[in-house]
Amino acid sequence: MKNVLLICRKELRSYFASPIAYAVMAIFGLIFGWVFFNASRDFVRFTLLQSQEGGGTVSVNDSIIRPLLGFAGTIGLFLIPMITMRLFAEEKRMGTIELLLTSPVKDIEIILGKWLGALTLYACVLLMSILNLALLFAWGKPDLKPVLVGYLGLLLQGGCLLALGTLISTMTKNQIIAGIATFFISLLLWLLSWYTAFDTNVTAQVLGYLSIVTHFENFGKGVLDSKDVLFYVSLTFFSLFLTARSLESLRWRA
Amino acid sequence: MIKVEGLTKRYARTVAVDNISFEVAKGQIVGFLGPNGAGKTTTMRVLTCFLPPTAGSASVAGFDVLEHPMEVKRRIGYLPESPPLYPEMEVSEYLSFVGRLKGIPSADIGRRVDEVTGRCAIGDVRDKLIAKLSKGYRQRVGLAQAIIHNPDVLILDEPTSGLDPKQIIEIRELLRSLAGEHTIILSTHILSEVEHTCDHVIIINQGKLVAIDTVANLTNRLRGSEAVQVEVEAAGGHPDPTQVQQCLEQAPGVSRVILKDSKDERLRFEVESLKGSHIRAELARAVVHAGWGLNELHAVGLSLEDIFLQLTAAEQGADEAPKQGEKTQ
Repeated sequence: MKNVLLICRKELRSYFASPIAYAVMAIFGLIFGWVFFNASRDFVRFTLLQSQEGGGTVSVNDSIIRPLLGFAGTIGLFLIPMITMRLFAEEKRMGTIELLLTSPVKDIEIILGKWLGALTLYACVLLMSILNLALLFAWGKPDLKPVLVGYLGLLLQGGCLLALGTLISTMTKNQIIAGIATFFISLLLWLLSWYTAFDTNVTAQVLGYLSIVTHFENFGKGVLDSKDVLFYVSLTFFSLFLTARSLESLRWRA
Repeated sequence: MIKVEGLTKRYARTVAVDNISFEVAKGQIVGFLGPNGAGKTTTMRVLTCFLPPTAGSASVAGFDVLEHPMEVKRRIGYLPESPPLYPEMEVSEYLSFVGRLKGIPSADIGRRVDEVTGRCAIGDVRDKLIAKLSKGYRQRVGLAQAIIHNPDVLILDEPTSGLDPKQIIEIRELLRSLAGEHTIILSTHILSEVEHTCDHVIIINQGKLVAIDTVANLTNRLRGSEAVQVEVEAAGGHPDPTQVQQCLEQAPGVSRVILKDSKDERLRFEVESLKGSHIRAELARAVVHAGWGLNELHAVGLSLEDIFLQLTAAEQGADEAPKQGEKTQ
């Protein structure tokens, strides 16, 4: 555990010593802020209209927070490859992988440390959106619990894609290739859900289950379903397990 | 301290290291010598548990690299061919990261970092970013990284590559000062390096062990055939070089005569003897008998450079010249 934290700290240090961390946080903050601005403006207009007609109240959670959290996950899809691409590819290119692999540290500790570092950065990125949501809490009365569940979902979903990106980063020396491959594979996992739109047969169900987004729907609603948690956690473990195998094969092939 | 038995490492198509065995005793400095692509780096990578061997075994301080990699890694300091540095870190930050990685208790980190920065003379760049360092400093930070946890065994892959002569001398002195308490294996393709720093030398070529001995022994062993420099002067007349050469070649025990230099009436030759024969007296007799003046006659030692070339060349030409091949086995 000590080694995991050591590697994790080192990764965070590298992220924040380079422009990556700031770039990723800024991109996310800008896009999320823009979408938040539009969503809340529309919401205000809509509720004004609604009250003039004497209709019922509209939930802030359902009309702003839920779609926005889903959207945050979509931005994450673009940002996660930028976070993970350097994890192992850079070490391989610089030769520092030799230092790590010849130190008295287990492979799995290296992998977990790197993944945890990436996850921490992703959490920092998500933190940017809290600035916006804080405004809603300041002037509105949204439910806190579904928001927390939503963020947990985002972290689990992110952890899953970050693990995938870590795996892909072990396979090449080239950061750019690692980034692009991670992006397209994540996109594919994302788009699997599109198949279910018009079909309800077994294939559709399997593909729908495998899609990264379908499992987020419940989190977005504020529903904590063990099925979804298990999906993300198991996919994360599976990816990290494959990363360990890939790192081991590196020794045999190198 | 280090024991390698029948070590073989095969890649997809090539055999990088072919059945080599050697032992290194505690406190020795061993030079690992061979042309580029001979398998030096591969052997070192096996010893550091970076690569597993295809066949055979290697152990460090009694721990097998495959069975107890953690124990081996704890006892080894390793400087790869290009020092494994993180350019975005400061030197002291980097060293304390490596120290922790190698398992030094937090309380001792600061002291160890101070010690190695002093020892490797990088105190003046402690707070600089590694990205800003020159090649020589980077190499020394790499070395500091390798010794930070005071390992029993140091494995250094071309520790002086890219350094200027003054830095090379400094590194050599540093290595000498580390010997005794540490066992050191260093690879190089620069021969003077081995002559200056190492007690023992292991020569490998194309993955095969060519020779393993002390530097002094190896030089002696190959000096079985001696090389003699002769300067002949013909008073009054111009001597005919081919005539003199023929005369020298006819002396008993001579295997080869090379004309090195001819200036005015002086001719300088280098004469190599057959193995085991001493030719200086014979040469003197031959020259005097022919009526020429003998200006100079002295034995020239074979440098390690010549030995290295002979050994590796012999190995390559083993098929055509089996006799020479036997000599080196």
